[in-house]
Order: sequence, then C-alpha cells, then structure tokens
Amino acid sequence: MTIVLTGRVIKAGRACGRALVSPAPIGFLGGVDPQTGLIREPGHPLEGQSLAGRVLVFPYGKGSTVGSYVIYSLACNGVAPAGMLLAECEPIVALGAIMAGIPTLDKLDIAQVQSGDWVCIEGDRIEVERG
Amino acid sequence: MLAGAHGPAVQRAMEMVVALARIYGAHGLVEIKSAQVAGVSYANIGDSGLAFLSHWADEGAKVRAPALLNPAGMDLQAWREMGVPEDFAAKQLALVQVYARMGVKATCTCAPYLLPTNPLPALGDHLAWSESSAVVYANSVLGARTNREGGPGALAAAIVGRTGNYGLHLDDARQPSESWLVTAPLPSDADWGALGIAIGRASRGVPYIRLQGPPVASADASATADHLRLFGAAAAAAGSMSLFHMEGVTAEARAGQVRPPDTEQAIISALDEVYASLNSPIEHLDLVAIGCPHASLAQLEEVARFLGGRHVATPLWLMASRAILGQAQARGLAEVLAASGARLLADTCVVVAPLKLMGIRSVATNSAKAAFYLPGHQGAAVRFGPLERCLEAALCGSWR
Repeated sequence: MTIVLTGRVIKAGRACGRALVSPAPIGFLGGVDPQTGLIREPGHPLEGQSLAGRVLVFPYGKGSTVGSYVIYSLACNGVAPAGMLLAECEPIVALGAIMAGIPTLDKLDIAQVQSGDWVCIEGDRIEVERG
Repeated sequence: MLAGAHGPAVQRAMEMVVALARIYGAHGLVEIKSAQVAGVSYANIGDSGLAFLSHWADEGAKVRAPALLNPAGMDLQAWREMGVPEDFAAKQLALVQVYARMGVKATCTCAPYLLPTNPLPALGDHLAWSESSAVVYANSVLGARTNREGGPGALAAAIVGRTGNYGLHLDDARQPSESWLVTAPLPSDADWGALGIAIGRASRGVPYIRLQGPPVASADASATADHLRLFGAAAAAAGSMSLFHMEGVTAEARAGQVRPPDTEQAIISALDEVYASLNSPIEHLDLVAIGCPHASLAQLEEVARFLGGRHVATPLWLMASRAILGQAQARGLAEVLAASGARLLADTCVVVAPLKLMGIRSVATNSAKAAFYLPGHQGAAVRFGPLERCLEAALCGSWR
C-alpha cells in the first residue's frame, strides 16, 4: 500500500528511510544524545530508540534553541535522521534541519505515517509504503 | 542567493531566513540596518554550536549588514583574573574568533545602543537583534523595528542583509493592546526593574503605560534612559515583552504613531510583592553585580560617587562593554573605581559567566533581570535592591 502526502518544504532535498514516529514533541538539547542519536529524555515515548538514518515523524520541536546546533552535531557524527516530517515546524527544528542538510517538511497529517513504514521525501511530496 | 550563486554559506543563510519568514507568515523580506547576535557564551551553545559556526565560517560566511555580538561567558582579556577555568576560556576565545572571521564585531555587549562607534537605530529602522533587553529598548525607546531573533537567525539575517517582514516589523503588531496606569512611586533604579517584572509577568500583548506623577522626560535624560533599560530588561525577562509604549516617553508614543487602547486599565500601585519574589533571605554575599544590562558611563560615575574612594569588602563586578570601559578609562574613572576594589568587566556579565565553576552562590544586584535569572540559570541566591543598597552591602560585606 502506498500513501502520498504533500507538505510545506522547510529544507528541500531527497531522502528515504524507515519511519520513526513520535507522538510527543522532541527537544533536541538534552533530549537527544548528539554522539549516538539515541533519544534519552526520561519518560519520552521513544526513549532509548535511535533516530539515526530514520525518517523522524513528530508533531513539533520543543525546548532550548540550542537544539538547532544539536541537530547539526547529529549530522556531523553520522547519526542524524535521514529526513524529518512534522505537523508544525518551529524555528529550532527548521534551522537545525538547514544547518544539518536534512530534508524536512511540515504542515502534513503525520497520523498517516506509522513507525516502520518506508518513507521517501522528494520536494514537497512524500511517499509512504506499508507492508 | 537561494539558488547558490553566492556560494554555499550565503545559500544556507538565505534558506534559514526564508524558512523563518515562511513559518511566521512574513510579507517578504526587509533590508536590515544592523544585526545583533546572541549565542556567544560557550556555556550556552557548547561544542555543537562551535562546530556549526566554524563550518559556516569555513564555507566563507561573511556578514553584509553591520553585526554585533552579545556578551560572552567571560572577559575576553581579563578572564584569568575573573577565575574562569583555562579550558572554558580556550573554547570561548575560539568561538569569538569564529564570529570575527565572519565579520561580526566582537562588541560583546547586551547594550549595543550605547556603543559610541555604532550609529543609533532611528525611528522605523529595521533590525535583526536577538538580545531580549536590547530588542525591547530598540523597539520601544528608539522606535526601531525588530523581532526577538534567535542567535542563528540573526546571524543568517546579517549574512544576507535581510530578515522576514513579520511581527514587529509591521505597523499593526506595534499598536498597543492593553492599558496600564502606574501609581506606585518609582524613586530608585530597582523600582523601575521591579515595575518591569510586574508588567512583564502579566502582559499578554503590547502595553501602553501611563505614569502618575512627574513626566519622566523632564528628569535627567541619561538617568531616564538607564531606568527605561532596567525596566525593559526586566519586562523582557519576566514575560518575553519585546515592545512597550510609555506616554510622553517612548519614541512612537511621542511621535503620535500609537493611540492608547480602549481596554480597561490595569493599575500598579505597589511593588512589594515583586521585591519579595526576587529576594532570598541571605546576608552573606559572594558577589555584588552592577551592570545588567551593561552599564552606561553615567551609571559608572554614579557608582564612583557613592563609593567615594571607600574600599569594598565583597567582590564588586561592574559590567559594561569594552567601549564604555574605554571611555571610563579615558576619564580616569576606571582608575578611581579600581582603587575602591571594584572589578571592571567587559564582554560578559553575571547572567552568562560560569558562576558555578567560579564558586559564586550568592549575589546582590540592582538589576531585576539578573535577580530574575540568577536562581534558575546559575543556582545563585539573590538580594535585589537599589544601587545604593547594593554598594552599601559591598562595602560592609553583607546585606543589611
């Protein structure tokens, strides 16, 4: 089954990867380990999971503005998400995505994507393959 | 720029400016007269920030608009005397160096509007400033137009010379939405800061403020400006306020560009509760800190007058820009202050210096903004009061 979604381009580019869907917002400073790409915020629904190479799907970013630089560090360390899809992208994630060169879209119905789906982003178009 | 014709550094900057403009629903971009960039303290942005900024500088990033830096985590020259650890200092110096490579001036001040070498923003000028106390001063007292930009956003704006035309760049967002009457007397500098906390905490929009009693504009002009700085800094810290109008005082109110709103008037008749909320019941002080926002020459003169050659018993930091300290030096004022045992610090302040690493746990200050931030950001207990009371505490060694 293939679902096609469109969104608003925050950082243009092409990327494919397995979806990792977070029902909760993500704060990158303190919430994600820049060395390993592991989510380490205590009590976060994705605590302990790695976002390296995944298409990270989450409602919006939260927390310190230094989070933009943390996203850049993830890319330097080779553990950044391949792409990011958000319901509503705020400046912290937007600038981090541009710094790190991670294709990122927002203004889309993230409920359409499930963890493990194969997701490809190209321009403002997203293809989601399930099963 | 967006297509990459000016190279990858400019392309990246333009992508950032355009992304922010889209997110905020901007009406295109506006040219800026200057940028002021936060995110300078290594304690704040860390290795991740240093890594990205170095990469951007390596790509050839250079500012087009004049750009100034916010304070760093230490005095860039006298950090040893401050007691800042060696490895922190090395990283901090590297960070300022990276900004300098991009053409950002290492002014390292939160009060860029006091710098003698930089043109004062004028009514209607568009800026991309990020320090909250400078943003509220530029918007309100000077009538220039800036949103509170994040550090990377302000730097990106400086590199392309433009920022998104949204928020406080637009006429509509600058009209007052709430009405305040201040009947509390404001005899001291600390009262102005306390008033800033009171209004900043409760405000949900753009306040229009009337003061009962003598109009401020008739008082000594530089004292008025310093009081407005303490007020705005506190209001911005307590409630993210970026613009206020004060009848007969602020730029757009004086120019007749704004009208008092029809809303019901909130009244502030006392500030006791603010003082109670900012004070811890401590007597011993590790430090007395004056100059948040960075002190003006007039404020340094006031300190020297009060000390009158007497020597302090508690470390006293006087925080200002290097440019203002240069003026103080030229007038012999720095020498007088140093003879009283005061430490004149440039480039940094008590809010961003690594206080914990330096063993500082209790601070007295005349700045409501510093008093608001120190417990949470620095884990320090605070005494907050007028300049004279802080200096008295510095002289006798404890808060009384």
